[in-house]
Amino acid sequence: MSKDQLIKSNFKTEEYFINMGPQHPATHGVLRLILTIDGEIIRNVEPDLGYIHRSIEKMCERDSYQQIVHLTDRMDYLSSHINNEAVCLVVEKGLEIEVPERVKVIRTIIAELTRIASHCLWWGVMGMDVGALTTYFYAFRDREMINDIFEETCGARLTMNYNIPGGLMFDIHPNFVKRVKDFITHFKTKIPEYDRLLTGNVIFQKRTKGIGVLTKEDAISFGASGPVARGSGVSCDIRKIHSYSAYDKVNFNEVLFSEGDSLSRYKVRIQELWESLSIVEQLIDNIPEGDIKIQTKAVIKLPKGEYYQRVETARGELGVYVNSTGTKNPYRLKFRSPGFSNLSVLNKIAKGSKIGDLVAIMATIDIVVPDIDR
Amino acid sequence: MTNQEIQHIITSWSDKLEFSEEESEFLNVTVPKEELYTICKQLKADTNLKFDYLFCLTGIDWGEELGVIYHLESTTFRHNIVVKVKTADRENPMVDTVSDIWYTAEFHEMEVFDFFGIKFNNHPNLKRLFLPEDWEGYPLRKDYVDEINMVIK
Repeated sequence: MSKDQLIKSNFKTEEYFINMGPQHPATHGVLRLILTIDGEIIRNVEPDLGYIHRSIEKMCERDSYQQIVHLTDRMDYLSSHINNEAVCLVVEKGLEIEVPERVKVIRTIIAELTRIASHCLWWGVMGMDVGALTTYFYAFRDREMINDIFEETCGARLTMNYNIPGGLMFDIHPNFVKRVKDFITHFKTKIPEYDRLLTGNVIFQKRTKGIGVLTKEDAISFGASGPVARGSGVSCDIRKIHSYSAYDKVNFNEVLFSEGDSLSRYKVRIQELWESLSIVEQLIDNIPEGDIKIQTKAVIKLPKGEYYQRVETARGELGVYVNSTGTKNPYRLKFRSPGFSNLSVLNKIAKGSKIGDLVAIMATIDIVVPDIDR
Repeated sequence: MTNQEIQHIITSWSDKLEFSEEESEFLNVTVPKEELYTICKQLKADTNLKFDYLFCLTGIDWGEELGVIYHLESTTFRHNIVVKVKTADRENPMVDTVSDIWYTAEFHEMEVFDFFGIKFNNHPNLKRLFLPEDWEGYPLRKDYVDEINMVIK
């Protein structure tokens, strides 16, 4: 009798349920996972959602288009500017207006800074989830600089509300260009530091390499997008495929890794920091002069029809579907949020791994619960 | 592939399809609900179409009818199509699931069931996703009565 068989015949195992969350620190918000486990091994993961569902889609049917922009901040609060942009773009599409070049460039710069800030926070928390507390402080130090820039220009640090249908709420602050350049110089020295601190760490590599493998076919079928899909080699960057704002004027690479494990999802985000920095760098010296908005009517009525806009947030593809009957409110408005689809891969890739690995896998999926619950 | 070419391929599958490109940036095809599953399966399997990415699944209440809208894209060819299915039965609306064709539909269909009450045949795990089990009614339906302003204040 082999050793395994001997253990099996003498020690009876049985499956049982445990709850992870809704207040578990590793779930990054109020998400409850119902785990079926056999000892340490996960047999099934079932997410239980709705703890902070605010029925944003229902509220949108009541609100005017200008008001809807403000609700989207509260979905994926780490990509708030990009969410705002999605709604503004869909309204502009419906009204058939083209915003000035200046607006497009400023929107793109702030969107990329938002992506850097979001990835910074993710990196800090990722380290913490696998037991390295220092990363959190390093990441927040750098993210703070971006938040300060936002505070000065947009008036808020997190939920910026800087976009309005037709342009921007106000012009950039006189210090904006200088501070962004300072940040670029500063951050270029910090990403290698991130790599030295965490990426090359042996313990970290062991926690992530070969863990939670998502195949390319599954990634597409589960509708995964953003770094989660790109870590499995799926080309899905909306900035490239369905370009919007000023992304067609800049050179950047879509970061792709083919392994599909936690480490490759991690590497995609680290590499995206460089790409985002490069986009900001290309645009910051070439902000065109011009108006910062096109005056729209006080009451926006979209012509009858259906409109769809896709943007790339820090987490993946955000889609806004608007069905208008020609009134001042949308008849139906749906947000296709990246986190919702990305979460659905969890059961597939976490099955068979250990509980400790689940935390690392969740960290690389980078979920934001308000984005899932909407 | 252009919308005309896509339409040309799909037209031969069934004579009950309605195509429309008005008031939308995509090619829209309205499918009778009995044929939804087979059409969807073909959309993914056809070597010239390969619609393998379901990027949005929306439930909608058109007043008289309830419906589901599927936004599809091919990751190979990057062309899009929008499939629509309608049901006039508001008491017991039933549509076939597509969750075995595109896995992402499993979660999205649960969301549609939660807010519109549309049941999906053969769905592996159909239940309320966000709302509690004992919630009455389906809040995103247009005839939903929100007596205590629970949903909208």
